[in-house]
Amino acid sequence: MLHQLVSGLMTGAIYGIVALSLVMIFNATNHINFAQGEMAMFSTYVAWMLINAGLPYWAAFGATVALSFVGGMALERMVLRPFRDAPLLSIVVVFVALLLAFNALAGWIWGYVLKKFPSPVSQFSTGTSLIGAHELFVVAVTVLMLTVLFLFFRFTRLGLSMRAAAQNPVSARLVGIRVGRMLTLGWGLAAAIGAIAGMLVAPIVFLDPDMMGGILLYAFASALLGGIDSPAGAVLGGLIVGVGENLLGAYVVGNDIKLTVALIVVISVLIVRPRGILGRITVRRV
Amino acid sequence: MSLLTVRGLKAFYGASEALHGIDFSLSRGGVTALLGANGAGKTTTLRALCAMIRTEGTIEFDGRTIGGMATETIVRRGVALVPEGRGTFTDLTVEENLRLGAITRGKSAEVEADLDRLLGIFPRLRERLRQQAGTLSGGEQQMLAISRALMLRPRLMLLDEPSFGLAPLVVRDIFEILRRINADEGVTMLIVEQNARLALDLADHAYLLETGRIVLEGPSADIRADEGIQRSYLGY
Repeated sequence: MLHQLVSGLMTGAIYGIVALSLVMIFNATNHINFAQGEMAMFSTYVAWMLINAGLPYWAAFGATVALSFVGGMALERMVLRPFRDAPLLSIVVVFVALLLAFNALAGWIWGYVLKKFPSPVSQFSTGTSLIGAHELFVVAVTVLMLTVLFLFFRFTRLGLSMRAAAQNPVSARLVGIRVGRMLTLGWGLAAAIGAIAGMLVAPIVFLDPDMMGGILLYAFASALLGGIDSPAGAVLGGLIVGVGENLLGAYVVGNDIKLTVALIVVISVLIVRPRGILGRITVRRV
Repeated sequence: MSLLTVRGLKAFYGASEALHGIDFSLSRGGVTALLGANGAGKTTTLRALCAMIRTEGTIEFDGRTIGGMATETIVRRGVALVPEGRGTFTDLTVEENLRLGAITRGKSAEVEADLDRLLGIFPRLRERLRQQAGTLSGGEQQMLAISRALMLRPRLMLLDEPSFGLAPLVVRDIFEILRRINADEGVTMLIVEQNARLALDLADHAYLLETGRIVLEGPSADIRADEGIQRSYLGY
């Protein structure tokens, strides 16, 4: 039981960090990016290539985060910018197209064979069978990212500008915020966070073009459960979904329909409490 | 010398022309009223000045052409619009809304002092600093919109129907505060109002718009005395 709980928390941390990147893009653009998982997977392949080319882990890690940041910004400028004034459904279609494109592109470049991805802490041991060094590392990074993001959005002028630009672009321009730049920056940051998430996930699930498929669904459930605009909610939601999934999988429903449970969570949250646990309710008075 | 000079200003919504080449100027430190019926082009004029719609003609602010600049660039030059509908960031707190007004000014003791001073003028906002701005009443949101604009330390303030939807007592308060801000800080104002009497009381100069053209202009006192205006807009 304890084992299941701990391993649930570990998976939960992974869902949480992927959910964080979803929240990031939502806070910057008011959209949910379905291609987030595939972008993360793509970044992870880049890291894998760099490591195979002989770069030390942390150099590859840093380079991948930087490349993803630039790539995310380029993606916004070149692919999403033309759809700036398009209806929501068109944008959703763009996201789905990106998802399929990244998946196919990764398969085409790197093939569909599972690849081993290294962990920077594999040489360490925690001295217990309960929790591995990499799992602990994942939790630490997730908590660190959450803290950084929270501080960024809550206490920096850039974070406030980004939230304002996403929420009310017209008013944001009227206080002098360069809205276009904020959107671009938001995509860059989300892609960078996604890259970190991908590199944390890969040592656990192995690297392949479909590695983020299931995880993204859980992350989506986590983000919704915690509140799609709340970084803390995303991680909390991730932990709840992770533990819930593990306990249910082990004791109640079995592994086969775990994913279905995640979907049920998504739908239930949307029905019962659309803003999630920590999400803000939007009140408008006229 | 005038702070803003507009010549042959045309504005377009898609293909249709909403302003047919208007000329006007705002004197430095003065309050100018832009009057007219619904659909005359008052709001359109303010939007045109902030580059929120497509325009033709010249707009000079402080001796430099601002036509063709992006909205955010014009704002950074010191033009603040209090928009129709107030433009509240509803999900953010009152304090965040206010700080956004000064976001282009950087972080400074002056900004903190301005925040404190505005909260002195609008104590209702101080009570609600941590509250989500969307929960404020209409009058409070109007105060917030005016304060947010003032946080920019604007040289020109454009006000779109500050009396809209508010109780008469609240309207009186808000106009009194505008008068004080103009007198104490010399902020030039262009105020659009359907309530002509109210606007003429505050303004020293006025323009009358009719279907996208300026049909009359003059000192507020003259306009107020004009019989045609009285009949059509003041309801005497």
